[in-house]
Amino acid sequence: MKAISLALVASSFLSLAAAHAGPSDGKVKIAVMNDMSGPYAESTGMGSVEAVRMAIEEAGGKVAGSPIELIFADHQNKPDVASAIANKWIDTEQVDVIVDVPNSAAALAVQDIAKRKNRVLLVSGGGTAQLTGASCSPTTAQWTYDTYALSQGMGTVGLQKLGDSWFFLTVDYAFGHALEKDLSDVLKANGGKILGAVRHPLNASDFSSYLLQAQGSKAKVIALANAGGDTANAIKQAQEFGIPQGGQTLASLLMFPTDIHALGLKSAQDLVFMDGWDPNRDAESRAFAKAFIDRTGRMPSMIQVGSYSAVRHYLKAIETAGTDDAPAVMAKMREAPINDAFAKGGRLRADGRMVHDMYLMQVKKITESTGPWDYSKVLSVIPGDHAFRPIEQGGCPIVR
Amino acid sequence: MFELLGIPPQALFGQLLLGLINGAFYAMLSLGLAVIFGLLNVINFTHGAQYMMGAFGAWMLLNYAGIPFWGALVLSPIIVAIIGMVIERTLLKRLYHLDHLYGLLLTFGLALILEGLFRRQYGSSGLPYNNPLPGGTNLGFMFLPNYRAFVVVASLVVCIATWYVIERTKLGSYLRAATERPDLVQAFGIDVPRMITLTYGFGVGLAALAGVLAAPAYQVSPTMGSNLIIVVFAVVVIGGMGSIMGAILTGFGLGIVEGLTKVFYPEASSTVIFVIMAIVLMVKPAGLFGTAK
Repeated sequence: MKAISLALVASSFLSLAAAHAGPSDGKVKIAVMNDMSGPYAESTGMGSVEAVRMAIEEAGGKVAGSPIELIFADHQNKPDVASAIANKWIDTEQVDVIVDVPNSAAALAVQDIAKRKNRVLLVSGGGTAQLTGASCSPTTAQWTYDTYALSQGMGTVGLQKLGDSWFFLTVDYAFGHALEKDLSDVLKANGGKILGAVRHPLNASDFSSYLLQAQGSKAKVIALANAGGDTANAIKQAQEFGIPQGGQTLASLLMFPTDIHALGLKSAQDLVFMDGWDPNRDAESRAFAKAFIDRTGRMPSMIQVGSYSAVRHYLKAIETAGTDDAPAVMAKMREAPINDAFAKGGRLRADGRMVHDMYLMQVKKITESTGPWDYSKVLSVIPGDHAFRPIEQGGCPIVR
Repeated sequence: MFELLGIPPQALFGQLLLGLINGAFYAMLSLGLAVIFGLLNVINFTHGAQYMMGAFGAWMLLNYAGIPFWGALVLSPIIVAIIGMVIERTLLKRLYHLDHLYGLLLTFGLALILEGLFRRQYGSSGLPYNNPLPGGTNLGFMFLPNYRAFVVVASLVVCIATWYVIERTKLGSYLRAATERPDLVQAFGIDVPRMITLTYGFGVGLAALAGVLAAPAYQVSPTMGSNLIIVVFAVVVIGGMGSIMGAILTGFGLGIVEGLTKVFYPEASSTVIFVIMAIVLMVKPAGLFGTAK
């Protein structure tokens, strides 16, 4: 009896020692959480899971000698569901890193849990700049974009190119409000005028009423501070109500290839939007786009490529650090520059912001498009240091 | 007053008209539900999915068979109605002698399955469907797209025709009699089960027709039905379950109320109908046009 308990104690010490030599519990468990059935299912969803799988395959399915496991779940855009999943993953399923998490409200909820329980969170889908501002966490990286960067590009370059009077069509939750506020601030600072704003519920299929108000404002630019199916429906119905023909330009802060595909170039052409990834940047980005299309039949969104890039960088950091302990891995992630299909010369800051180039894009005309999924062209490249909020302005307590 | 609220009268008229257009969809969908409930005593939760199938039917007919909108307007509802009748014959029929709840559960389950299948196949962002009547008329206070005007007219015609057939014709009187005393009607030599199947098919066809009409205005997407159906159920409850005229009038009326809410307080536009439903249930539980059984 005594011998058995001694053996037990010895073996538990052994396993503790082993934890220091490589990933804890002998594997690295990556968990993708996003919207798999709602308005963001196409731009995040199983596409993000597939992109992460590509990063894992690139690493050979193993890191620091341990196998990599991939799981995923649908948070249904509900912060309470997101919290419940995150708690379960961390407490009972030994998840090492949570990836993607679109919907800012859900991302903030998960960030809070990951911070308290000391796990890495790689946000690609979540957009609010609060994640690297007041709510920042030493174990969170926000990879792909944020509301500040979207509005910074649109509010400066967009203002010059599209006109000086703006009207907002805003989705009524944290993400939309943040987007509207950030863009209004930049526009006003650069001499633009805000003629009005209207808020609509998430998943509103009918936009005619809101569009009529936007049309009546006579603003030169109608900014769509929403995403996914909401943006697509708004653009389609704007065509129906003759808004572009009336001389008003539609600007979407966020637009994904699947949205343009769903609209068809006839409805979407000339629309201006912000993007964090240019599929035509170079051979590497083109090769990734092709590989992704071959696997899923769709062009990846910046969020999906960002999920790939974040996990790829995370796995490299574990390799260098020799452990999956969150602070150690984050330290290594901050040291190395990010060069892959998503970003060139990207770097991860202390507040969790990954800084890389952003793009002001325009949807190609039917005559310009060379084939399926060739939908957008770059109007202007916005260098990372100009696009993202300076670290000292975010109010992140860690870097003060 | 208008100036005080920052809303010019032109905008108000525009919103009233838009409310009428949305009301047209509510009216057609709630009419189908009311017809099915009135004759089958089944709360058809598959209605939203059948509306979605109507829209997808139009998309498939165009993309796989090259049949344009006007053909789909006739064909798609017929196809979806046939699928509906198969469901009635094979599944729903077995539940008529049980409580309403069983029919509700079955149709709700079917709706989830259908929606899941379409999402699996076509993704959730939706598919493009071009507007068959581009352009529009400037009414002075608003730009009225031709297609939306067509939707209102088409919906009014369908609603009034349905009401007329059920309330004013011999066929309608058979239908109404069959709801009251199916055994007696059967004794007079009328095939009641077949009549019920056809009625279900008709109700489903109405949902599919609304779906085809919605395809050019909204995105054709697997979730389009579930987004709308909850509102439509509220409309039916407000109008009174099983009341044909009630469904039509409340459909249009609530569309207008919703349109007005979008002007005065847009944030409440998705809840205003449910607030009205709660009030109606408190004051007149059988609905505005319903009679307590």
